[in-house]
Amino acid sequence: MLPEKQAVKDLAALGGWGRYPLADTRAVRPERARGLTPVGEHCLARGLGRAYGDAALLSGGTLVLTERLNRFLAFDPESGVVRAEAGVTLKDLLEALVPRGWFVPVTPGTKNCTLGGCLAADVHGKNHHREGTFSNHVPEFEIVLADGSRQTARRGDDLFWATAGGMGLTGLASELTLQMTPVETAFMRVRHTRSKDLDRTIELLTDPGHDARYTVAWIDCLAGGRNLGRGIFMAGEHALRSEVSLRVANPLSVPFRRQKPFPMDLPGWALNPTTIKAFNLVYDWAKGRRTEFVCDYDQFFYPLDGIQGWNRMYGKRGFLQYQYVLPTATAREGTRLVLERLSQAKKASFLAVLKRFGPQGEGWLSFPTEGLTLALDIPFSDGLLTFLDELDDIVLSHGGRLYMAKDARMKPAVLRSGYPRLGDFCEFKKSIDPEGRFDSDMARRLGLCH
Amino acid sequence: MPLSPGPVLVLGATSAIARSVALALAAKGCSLVLAGRDEPELERIKSDLEIRCGVSVSHLVFDAEDETSHKAFWAQAEVDHGPFKGVVLAFGYLGDQQRAQEDWGEARSVLERNFVSAASILHVVAQSMETRGEGWIVVLSSVAGDRGRMSNYVYGSAKGGLTIFLQGLRSRLQKAGVHVMTVKPGPVDTAMTFGMDRLPLLADPQTVGKAIVAGLAQGKDVLYVPTPWRLIMFVLRSVPEKIFKKTSL
Repeated sequence: MLPEKQAVKDLAALGGWGRYPLADTRAVRPERARGLTPVGEHCLARGLGRAYGDAALLSGGTLVLTERLNRFLAFDPESGVVRAEAGVTLKDLLEALVPRGWFVPVTPGTKNCTLGGCLAADVHGKNHHREGTFSNHVPEFEIVLADGSRQTARRGDDLFWATAGGMGLTGLASELTLQMTPVETAFMRVRHTRSKDLDRTIELLTDPGHDARYTVAWIDCLAGGRNLGRGIFMAGEHALRSEVSLRVANPLSVPFRRQKPFPMDLPGWALNPTTIKAFNLVYDWAKGRRTEFVCDYDQFFYPLDGIQGWNRMYGKRGFLQYQYVLPTATAREGTRLVLERLSQAKKASFLAVLKRFGPQGEGWLSFPTEGLTLALDIPFSDGLLTFLDELDDIVLSHGGRLYMAKDARMKPAVLRSGYPRLGDFCEFKKSIDPEGRFDSDMARRLGLCH
Repeated sequence: MPLSPGPVLVLGATSAIARSVALALAAKGCSLVLAGRDEPELERIKSDLEIRCGVSVSHLVFDAEDETSHKAFWAQAEVDHGPFKGVVLAFGYLGDQQRAQEDWGEARSVLERNFVSAASILHVVAQSMETRGEGWIVVLSSVAGDRGRMSNYVYGSAKGGLTIFLQGLRSRLQKAGVHVMTVKPGPVDTAMTFGMDRLPLLADPQTVGKAIVAGLAQGKDVLYVPTPWRLIMFVLRSVPEKIFKKTSL
């Protein structure tokens, strides 16, 4: 058998999901499992490119696109344990396994992401306070190292905890085992509660009386003064069979929806405080109107996936995501300061989401720590980078850290003070990848093991 | 033509197009037998189809280039997994036109793998289905076989030969109630084309797979995917040779 021919494709001005920054790079795209191997002097795996910034970019190097390595390898319908190649997406898993009563254990706000990407960013979802991060549900995975060898990493191995959250810098994940979650239906029982200010929003997120398996709060970050931090608290549970209308013949199936493509790049001025204010009014009205209802999982988890390429809404200049976590003790104070700065600076965020994190996991560079996390999408504009540096100061002085999968601009010092195990990570990386073969524009920018 | 749930044999099952055709067939409930040279890869595709679609899938080692083995391969496959309701022939080799012009070995390989090997296994399958009086055959040819062009006439002539072989075979088997569909894909986004620039109307394999199964269900004789290629190739075939030979297509 001949080794697979590795054709190389030039990719000019490639970006992450936020379309900032852009990089010129090359890519290979293996179609068969054994074609997954490190290429050239510097390389990096890239899945569906949903990291926002430069996490999956490598200027002048070679990206190894994993999208075609997407075979399911084993599934046990009794235990819900599935094994698949790293290019399998959460969408693939949901489509194949929800009809059999199994749901993904942890999901970010899109299902268009690969298992490899979920592991590299050690993603979290609305259930972090109960079920932890993605890697918490991975018993083991296989990874291709810098020397081309394949190794199985199990919980407890340094390789496992360096890779979970390690942003692809330890190797090319090839196969993952994942423990799925049992569900009776494809539907969610949802409760929406309006909150008048930040104290109330935090109370809703932390009060056991309001708790649910999935919780999150949408914040209207244009509101200031008395209304600072007002929003809508959303709580969800997987619906039981008895909670879904009997008119639904098969409660484990979700009606197929055609994705509507976002038609064009909007001009830069399209999203401004006035239009966002109008959106917030409508959103608040629409979401606050319904207090308790049942909807399918797509509507609850993936409202934006219905619009293909929604990132074009932010125009050609793209946008920045900003997500921090602050420890419980300082979260209220720090978040108040950040929201005040946002409200004053009129740097409106289209999506602002507050969420409670449970205890920290074991991944060395895994983002979530116990406390509160705020995520913002901000359209790119002049002065935005300086403004975010000011937010960094607030986050650091309150003992917090930023999420690398969303970042495109933080300074090396911000990373260093947020991630105390960075030293362990780099030492370990040096031991398995002495030449620094796995690299990314993000790693270069942050001086991560450089 | 409604798709019956009987087993379907996929020849050259590890290519991206074959995999997507198999997926579309499995989604319709067809059980599958995957045949190809790369056994570890066949096993992976087998488990993938079983888990995604809940159908039963087997796999067999098949060497398209070893024509002497074809008769025995088919007989054994029929005994173990048949009788097959359908056969999908998806193996092929694009090769390199430039190299084929300089090196007869390469040219010969392109001609043999795309035409002779395909005709050889079709010869066996056709006899068997003709006797049985039922079944269907789907063969992946190419738009490249519709007109010889200087940039890939070696591959094009092999596919063109295959297209003409299928025209005759369709007519012959039609009398026995066996349907033959010729598929002519334009460029598809696979390992074959990855990294080539300026490919017009590049189609993704999923779309092609679904279109093939839909075309089969409609009983199409010749299927261009994506559809605009039917018109493009009509225009291209209509250009007089005096003019066409001056182009560098």
